Amino acid sequence: MTDGIVDEPLVVGGRKIASRLIMGTGGATNLAVLERALVASGTALTTVAMRRVDAAAGTGVLELLRRLGIETLPNTAGCRTAAEAVLTARLAREALETDLVKLEVIADERTLLPDPIELLDAAEQLVADGFTVLPYTNDDPVLARKLEQAGCAAVMPLGSPIGTGLGIRNPHNIEMIVAAAGVPVVLDAGIGTASEAAQAMELGCDAVLLATAVTRAGDPERMAHAMRLAVEAGRAARLAGRIPRRYWAQASSPAID
Amino acid sequence: MRIWINGKSHELPEPASVHDVLTALGAPSTGVAVAVDDELVPRADWARYRLAADAKVEVLTAVQGG
Repeated sequence: MTDGIVDEPLVVGGRKIASRLIMGTGGATNLAVLERALVASGTALTTVAMRRVDAAAGTGVLELLRRLGIETLPNTAGCRTAAEAVLTARLAREALETDLVKLEVIADERTLLPDPIELLDAAEQLVADGFTVLPYTNDDPVLARKLEQAGCAAVMPLGSPIGTGLGIRNPHNIEMIVAAAGVPVVLDAGIGTASEAAQAMELGCDAVLLATAVTRAGDPERMAHAMRLAVEAGRAARLAGRIPRRYWAQASSPAID
Repeated sequence: MRIWINGKSHELPEPASVHDVLTALGAPSTGVAVAVDDELVPRADWARYRLAADAKVEVLTAVQGG
């Protein structure tokens, strides 16, 4: 945030998160590129996935995040049922010693859209087991409300399907989720470029989570910087309060006498 | 006896513990977690957890993703 302008920090499940841009690590061509992008993004919280040790393309991401002082947010990516997601979350808590989990329960590979039935079931089980649950959810105000009622620490509606870069397809739904939510709303998935990250914040989201838009950009470090500025700009604009839309022009200079 | 480690068949001498599996796999001791037959085995139980024949052991760690 700009010097002299006061904002409150993002708080998720009682934890202060020093940046409103949450990053993913998927899609980066190597750890050096990822490191430069993470630093440029200013992020304080970043996702990782859980996979078999012998199948892992590289396990250096944990050491990288520790070295950069970035908190890890393990996800349950790839899980298709509540049972799979709950086990993956428990393994992540054991391996990474964090009770934070980005809960993903995907319905099919073609859309990667959340399965709302399995998602809510998994969220209820994980909250009961003491996790701080951040569910990746559809842009559905009713489901968001039910996830909050289940005890989730945030709700993370998609702007559009994972990796599509189609931006926020239903801004009105995001606004409705924001208007009703008593927990932070994190716009998660679908962001393609900086204006869309700014739009998410202008709609009232408390944070943005993105990966592909940065890691697969032509210049990931530069795009990460752009996203950081966009999230800050969108947040400031939201707090400032935009002017109402008008049908006809309204002169901004005094009338000629 | 046969143990399934991350989907692959391994022969381990009896008795085999979760700790023996991690050694056989050459897995790092930190940043990993283990499930046996779809149940988490806490780190504190690795040495004393005795595996049955044909146990399915999954050893996971964090990778880039999300």
